[in-house]
Amino acid sequence: MPIHPVSTGLAFAVTSDFLQSPTSTFAPAGTPAHSVVGLSWLVYGITGGIFLVVGGLLVYALFRFRHRPSSPNADQEPAQVYGSNQIELSWTVIPILITVMLFLATTRVIFSTEHAGKPPEALDVTVIGHQFWWEYRYPKLGIVTANELHVPVSDPKHPTPTYLTMSSADTDHSFWIPRLAGKMDLIPNKVNTMWIDPETAGLYLGQCAQYCGTQHAKMLLRVYADTPEQFAAWVAHQQQTASQSPDAVEGKAVFEHNACISCHTVAGTVANGRFGPDLTHLASRDTFASGAVPLSRENLRTFVDDPSHFKPGVLMPPMHLNEHDLDLVTSYLVTLK
Amino acid sequence: MATQTPVPAAIDQTTETAPRRLVFEVLQDWISTTDHKKIGMLYIGYSLVFLVIAGFEAVLMRIQLAFPNNHAVSPQAFNRLFTMHGTTMVFFVGMPILFGFGNYLVPLMIGARDMAFPRLNAFSFWISAFGGLLLYFSYIGGDGMYGAGSAPDVGWWAYAPLTAHAFSPGHSTDYWTLAVFLSGIGSVGTALNIVTTIISMRCPGMTMNRLPLLAWLYLSMSLLTFVAVGPLSAAQIMLMLDRYLGSHFFDAQAGGSAVLWMHFFWIFGHPEVYVLVMPAFGFASEIIPVFSRKAIFGYTAMVAASIGICFVSLSVWAHHMFTVGLGPAGNAFFTLSTMAIGVPTGIKIFNWLATIWGGKVHFTTAMLFAVAFLFQFMLAGLTGIMLSVAPLDWQLGGSYFVVAHFHFVLVGAILFMIFAAFYYWYPKMTGRLLNEKIGKWHFWIFLIGFHLCFDLMHIPGMLGMPRRIYTYEADRGWFLLNFLVSTGAGIQTIGTLIFVYNMVWSYFKGEIAGPDPWDAWTLEWATASPPPAYNFATTPSVASRRPLWDLKHPEDTDGQYE
Repeated sequence: MPIHPVSTGLAFAVTSDFLQSPTSTFAPAGTPAHSVVGLSWLVYGITGGIFLVVGGLLVYALFRFRHRPSSPNADQEPAQVYGSNQIELSWTVIPILITVMLFLATTRVIFSTEHAGKPPEALDVTVIGHQFWWEYRYPKLGIVTANELHVPVSDPKHPTPTYLTMSSADTDHSFWIPRLAGKMDLIPNKVNTMWIDPETAGLYLGQCAQYCGTQHAKMLLRVYADTPEQFAAWVAHQQQTASQSPDAVEGKAVFEHNACISCHTVAGTVANGRFGPDLTHLASRDTFASGAVPLSRENLRTFVDDPSHFKPGVLMPPMHLNEHDLDLVTSYLVTLK
Repeated sequence: MATQTPVPAAIDQTTETAPRRLVFEVLQDWISTTDHKKIGMLYIGYSLVFLVIAGFEAVLMRIQLAFPNNHAVSPQAFNRLFTMHGTTMVFFVGMPILFGFGNYLVPLMIGARDMAFPRLNAFSFWISAFGGLLLYFSYIGGDGMYGAGSAPDVGWWAYAPLTAHAFSPGHSTDYWTLAVFLSGIGSVGTALNIVTTIISMRCPGMTMNRLPLLAWLYLSMSLLTFVAVGPLSAAQIMLMLDRYLGSHFFDAQAGGSAVLWMHFFWIFGHPEVYVLVMPAFGFASEIIPVFSRKAIFGYTAMVAASIGICFVSLSVWAHHMFTVGLGPAGNAFFTLSTMAIGVPTGIKIFNWLATIWGGKVHFTTAMLFAVAFLFQFMLAGLTGIMLSVAPLDWQLGGSYFVVAHFHFVLVGAILFMIFAAFYYWYPKMTGRLLNEKIGKWHFWIFLIGFHLCFDLMHIPGMLGMPRRIYTYEADRGWFLLNFLVSTGAGIQTIGTLIFVYNMVWSYFKGEIAGPDPWDAWTLEWATASPPPAYNFATTPSVASRRPLWDLKHPEDTDGQYE
């Protein structure tokens, strides 16, 4: 993406005010994110109050007790005061009381989020972090996909939250969609869980929040909250095997005669690799390379030719295909709707 | 301030005239020295070199992040930059510069002639120095994942299993491991020295109850160093075993535990924050009273708070792990313990405030830095309270909010207090005052740069920007803030250059300081500037916490109020 940094940067500074950031923690759209924001106002209020009181006293003291060279007793030392047990006690006890109060409010939110009862309608998704992409498996629906997570919108009256069971295939990662919930780490050899319940349909963005290697920065997250109808249609589509388009027979042959199949799965074909993202319905997605690149024929061709063009450090090696084969493979990939 | 300063008997009035020495002789003197003052200055000089290097790394990162999708440095280079910046600043700037001041000041302030173990002192310095050189040699010798010449790129906390051979082939990670391990040996050596010196080498009359607060804080810091560095060194050895002898402590591919490394690292890592900040508290506890012209308020409470911080800081480490999946009970416990540390820390701030209250505040450059420290440390503490609330940490942990928070501690509190310490004790070390006019330029420019950079840096974190990303998407609304943050980094660079200029200029042309330029009260001012190798011509003896106050005010000595 040869984007000129200065011009795009300035353009976005004008058009996309930071108040409308799509990843703002102040624009919650799910229960866990709402409860954090609710708690945060209490915390910001208390800490802000402490700052104003203590900071105000400090400013006053510095002004009031400044050395005045012109005053008649400028050369005299001020009265020496060594301390006061009553005062020490008061500024020990008051902070302890504030601490206890904050702790109790916090504990409520911790338990309400981490010990929430799981309704029977909840959807289960297994999330596996990879260097540098996300694998999503829907065990009860028989779906495997990558990088774009589809979940049903959750009506507060009949909640249909999505429970994420998370682990990692390699290094540590962290799943963070600020508008839906706080982050949870994906750690190899450990299983974590979290839940999300987007209250309005739409796209929620985020990205990996635990440094995981060279391309940590472009391990982006996209969560699509679908209406029940959209979600049912999406599930039905994803459950099919890959389309076998007659236009792409040659491309399929190139794909299957190269190392592509060692790492990628295309359901219903000989390609059953597990190291890279599942490509069965690649062309039904909006983006690829973990949300880093908009999906288009041209971008796919560039990526297959040299994956590090978009993502330096990506684990997919360049395939060194000739121009002809490159065109054929690209033609095949775009048929994987 | 009083103009007539009585000369303490401890000052040697005879003047030495040493013949000019050859460069080689001077060099040999510094390399083989066991004088605590020279070792202290070696520590400080060495740290300042690394401060400039690691600061330059920060500037490169800020250039890269000034614009979305920028290409100033490659992702690989960026990952090395933040790893080297963090590792250098903590292990090869923060620790050694504070040990340097401790080395220089503690024996002088307790009326001793040197540290308890002078040769161990020299060994500790040189082994730490070797660690720093080893770390930077990796840029030449450390072939990592991307071929020869790559420095470590695993982040300064080097989470497993990214450090395993499968994900970090080559030797770059080994350079990191060994450098940090060596630095740990040096730190433990110096900590041992400081503890022994304070316990057993105080001058007659200096009971623990009369120990200057700076010495108390160095004592607490050193005790904490023992406890904190042990697990880190153990973890480094385990990591080496994993990488070379086929053990599986952290190697998750073979059943090891990534979380185990986190526990080992943070049981070091969080006390380490207090190891770094306690000397800054010590500087503040000396500088604020002198420039407020009042004794410290609540000496006993200050000592108790230091010891309290020491203990409580050992039980807070897993607040770095709220998103690891500790479960609700674990998260609740570490929320409480972390909030609890705010109580003794608050006591310290209140006592400094009460020291200023009713005083006559002289706004020297040292005091200006100390005042800025008070505000910035309070803010850092308050954002720390926010992050101790586990659910807030689920959102803000690992984001730029955290980066801003700990830079408020490390720069806003610790570095500001280090600058204050330079303005306050440079005359003792060199015999000449730092220029106050240049100093005020340094202060104001650095202050503006600091706040432009680190105040605004909190916001991208709240808007979902994670740390350690080499670039970011243009549609996230992070650009303008990052651009201003980078501008602030540039302004701080200018401020730092002014400081370096002041140090050099004042060394040759600064005003002659004399033994006691600030009309201060502790024993380091009862000897010449710079002090002779033996510190005191006669061993001083004290009768209160402020021996020089007693000397200057025989009608109203301190001892009667103890």
